[in-house]
Amino acid sequence: MNKLDFDFRGRRFQALASGALYWPDADVLVVSDLHFGKSERIARRGGPLLPPYEVRETLSRLDQDVSDTNPTTVICLGDSFDDMSVVESVIEDEAAWLTRLMAGREWIWIEGNHDPGPIGLGGSHRREVNIKGIDFRHIADESSVSEISGHYHPKTKISVKSATLSRPCFLFDDERMILPAYGTYTGGLNWDAAPLKSLMKPTAAAILTGKKLFHIPSLAKLSNSGR
Amino acid sequence: MTTLPEVFQNWFNARGWSIHPHQQSMLDRADEPSLLLIAPTGGGKTLAGFLPTLVDLATNDHKGIHTLYISPLKALAADIKRNLRTPVEGMSLPIRIEDRTGDTSATKKRNQRADPPHILLTTPESLALLMSYPDAPRMFASLKRVVVDEIHALAESKRGDQLMLALSALQSMAPGMRRVGLSATVEDPTAMAHYLARHPDPCPILMADPGPDPDIQMLATEEAPPWAGGGGRYAINAILKQIDAHKTTLIFHNTRAQAELFFHALWLANSNDLPIGIHHGSLSREQRERVEAAMVAGKLRAIVCTGSLDLGIDWGDVDLVIQVGAPKNVKRLVQRIGRANHRYNAPSKALLIPANRFEVVECIAALDAVKAHDLDGEPSGSGPRDVLCQHILIRACAGPFYANDLKCEVQSVGAFSALSDAEFEECLQFCATGGYALRSYDRWQRLMKNPNGQWQLRDPRSTQMIRMNIGTIQDTDKLKVRLKNSRGGTPLGEVEENFAATLSFGDTFLIGGKIVRYEGLRELTVEVSKNATKRPKIATFMGTKFATSTQLSNRILEMFETADWAQFPNHTAHWLEQQRQQSQLPTKDRILVESFAHEGMEHICVYGFAGRNAMQTLGLLLTQRMEEQGLEPMGFVATDYATLIWGLKPLKDAAPLFAENSLQDGFEQWLAGNAVMKRTFKTAATIAGLIERNSPGKRKSGRQTAFSSDILYDTLLKFDPEHLILKITAEEAMKGLVDFGRITEMMTRTAGKVDLLRLDHVSPLAAPMFLEMGRVPIQGEGRERIIAEETEKLLNSLGLA
Repeated sequence: MNKLDFDFRGRRFQALASGALYWPDADVLVVSDLHFGKSERIARRGGPLLPPYEVRETLSRLDQDVSDTNPTTVICLGDSFDDMSVVESVIEDEAAWLTRLMAGREWIWIEGNHDPGPIGLGGSHRREVNIKGIDFRHIADESSVSEISGHYHPKTKISVKSATLSRPCFLFDDERMILPAYGTYTGGLNWDAAPLKSLMKPTAAAILTGKKLFHIPSLAKLSNSGR
Repeated sequence: MTTLPEVFQNWFNARGWSIHPHQQSMLDRADEPSLLLIAPTGGGKTLAGFLPTLVDLATNDHKGIHTLYISPLKALAADIKRNLRTPVEGMSLPIRIEDRTGDTSATKKRNQRADPPHILLTTPESLALLMSYPDAPRMFASLKRVVVDEIHALAESKRGDQLMLALSALQSMAPGMRRVGLSATVEDPTAMAHYLARHPDPCPILMADPGPDPDIQMLATEEAPPWAGGGGRYAINAILKQIDAHKTTLIFHNTRAQAELFFHALWLANSNDLPIGIHHGSLSREQRERVEAAMVAGKLRAIVCTGSLDLGIDWGDVDLVIQVGAPKNVKRLVQRIGRANHRYNAPSKALLIPANRFEVVECIAALDAVKAHDLDGEPSGSGPRDVLCQHILIRACAGPFYANDLKCEVQSVGAFSALSDAEFEECLQFCATGGYALRSYDRWQRLMKNPNGQWQLRDPRSTQMIRMNIGTIQDTDKLKVRLKNSRGGTPLGEVEENFAATLSFGDTFLIGGKIVRYEGLRELTVEVSKNATKRPKIATFMGTKFATSTQLSNRILEMFETADWAQFPNHTAHWLEQQRQQSQLPTKDRILVESFAHEGMEHICVYGFAGRNAMQTLGLLLTQRMEEQGLEPMGFVATDYATLIWGLKPLKDAAPLFAENSLQDGFEQWLAGNAVMKRTFKTAATIAGLIERNSPGKRKSGRQTAFSSDILYDTLLKFDPEHLILKITAEEAMKGLVDFGRITEMMTRTAGKVDLLRLDHVSPLAAPMFLEMGRVPIQGEGRERIIAEETEKLLNSLGLA
């Protein structure tokens, strides 16, 4: 398994290449912004008919991460579904797969702005949850000082000689961490764009996802170098 | 013979004009369903196209729109409007003429739909947009004639295919509509006629007197051109002398970057302060308009330009055209020369400036071709189906349609006349359901059948998105460049987003002839400041690089066979003779491969003469083969005529590399994961309506929601490899950037016969290859590794890892 160990709030975490977060001491796997059913929602509104394979693609990566880490608890950090109307059809098509993944684990669906209501699936449905002193919620709450959230789809760009890398990333400082979007059909917001930049402290660090994970201990320094 | 009405005759007489024979013929044959006029620049082509319309409108009552004029350029439509007003106002004809382009105001556009003018001047994109409104049949019912100007230019791109599809729909709304095409000299008039006409109607061709042959020469300079590279800066002083000796000179370059570099160098050497301007597609509209105005007013002695000045806008008295760099394509050269001297019956004057030693050979071949009236052209092939998909969606916006009616219309378009029913059906299915193997959009189809069996949009909200997406010109995402100042920034032009992404604070580059310093990115604008350095750090931004045409390549090979250097300047003759003695000159019917060691590396140089894109593809394929054979290739560089590959082990046997099917098999494997495919996919998917075009407002508000087209490509390739858009992508890549057709052509020409020559040292012909830009490291896992290493190194150097 491709992963990178790092410390956040005095605990050891693992950033996985896929964009999932594993917390070994609590045996928790966290994924954010799955956006299941995005292609269907776009189609329903009369937009383009995107390849309808993104649920499978996302699920197959999740399947891999779940079998690699075999966690007691899985937290889906909100915006798991692209809107409430797609919940039913996604569940209908992929129920067996989802049920198999959920079997024997505590599965927590956190509410997101796209999926604010209860989902007709197993597991528990929560606005937010606190595990061993860390808050898990969809959108960062500035008053919290110990928090893991999603929502913003952070990414970071680095220019080197032969290419510009632009990868979804984990963003963190000494109070909060923001997870990259896990869903296949998701774009990203640069770490230095509003409102991400004001949310994070100047000491913020990042871990770039992808086949090889890169740890950038100081984004400010990277930014000053013009890269 | 149709006699000219008296009012026309008087007007002609008053100006001391007489009607040209081809103008008379156009009048006589006004009733032909389709007619193609081929006439040189300055031959009164436009008036010839409009004369039947003007005469009809002057003598008969007509309500509503009479004639639709389509040009490839907005500026040309505006120019024609001005030119037509002269005769119309001069004769006080009751004719209303208006143009309609992307620059026309919304109010004006609405009024035009309600009360159309007699003559509407527009572009393919604006016409497609008009066709998407439900009132199009009412608006065009009275249409009698369509004039397609500069049809040769439109036929080179998908814009022409879109236009011809629109004409097929117009023909159904106005069955009596006649088509007229106006073209510069083309290599295959019959093909152009087939392209214009309603299939299978005949389309007669009218050839105007081509006028005298151009006076065209290669500029002799005291200095020999350099071994490699482009730009022609060695000839600056000779060029300045030419500018001084002529009234107005156009200086054409093949790429924007070269035009910029040249313009900059020209100014440094311009001690007489001759007024010289620059004009190319990356400059801001304000900048271009300023240059155009100065040109029309006769205030400029020379303009450094690219293809953006290629089309027939009347810039006044140009008496010399200079082409810097080999023209790559004889037809384009002839059309460029036509820009000089708009007086009919006077020969145009032109000079060729080869940018490097090999281009001397290319220029001589091109001069021979011009003298022999031997134009080149690639067969344009069948109509692209991404454009057809867009056409189907546009038709759906206008209202319900029967599949069979639309299919018949489409098959009446020359370029789509070979389209099978099944291929049409596939496009229709794509528009309706997405065309996926997994049928999942039953409830949310884009097009549905209504109770009458007609297809229509399921959701009327689709129309807005479809209309915003109309067009086939793919602007790679461009960012505006502004000079940072207190007044919000003077616009300088645009650069590709990819280029902007490589800039770091303090980098300098050229735009609009100025060296500027990169200050930063703000919103979607590149902010720069003035910079006084002499040499820009980064000189290039992208732009089209043309490949040398098949025909020109063949001419070069024929010249090599005769080994007669009489026409050549000494330096070049000597160089070629050295090659003949030390190695061989490449021939038409065999592939020459030289092998030699140089600076501790093994090299092979493959002379394929298949044009830059194909030679690049060949480099990728051969290195893949060599890797399999354990030859450890490290990289390659390609030009229009050869590919140079370097690596660790010498090549002992070249035949297996070129064995039958070997290239084709490798090609298919390699193609799928290639960056060129992803770029081609983005274009096809955008045109076909699978990806929404990025509109500036949208990008600002919702960056999180926009995701890369690469994700769609990867997903389709994994789950639905037979999907229509992937098929279209492969078709387009084959003829476009990958240009596999030219490799096939090379294999057929040589029957795969290879001569492998082991040399003691670098051959004269291979030597310039070492100076070429654009070296490509081996792709694939290796490249991933290099990027990872560079990133690691960067982070380390910043103390970040």
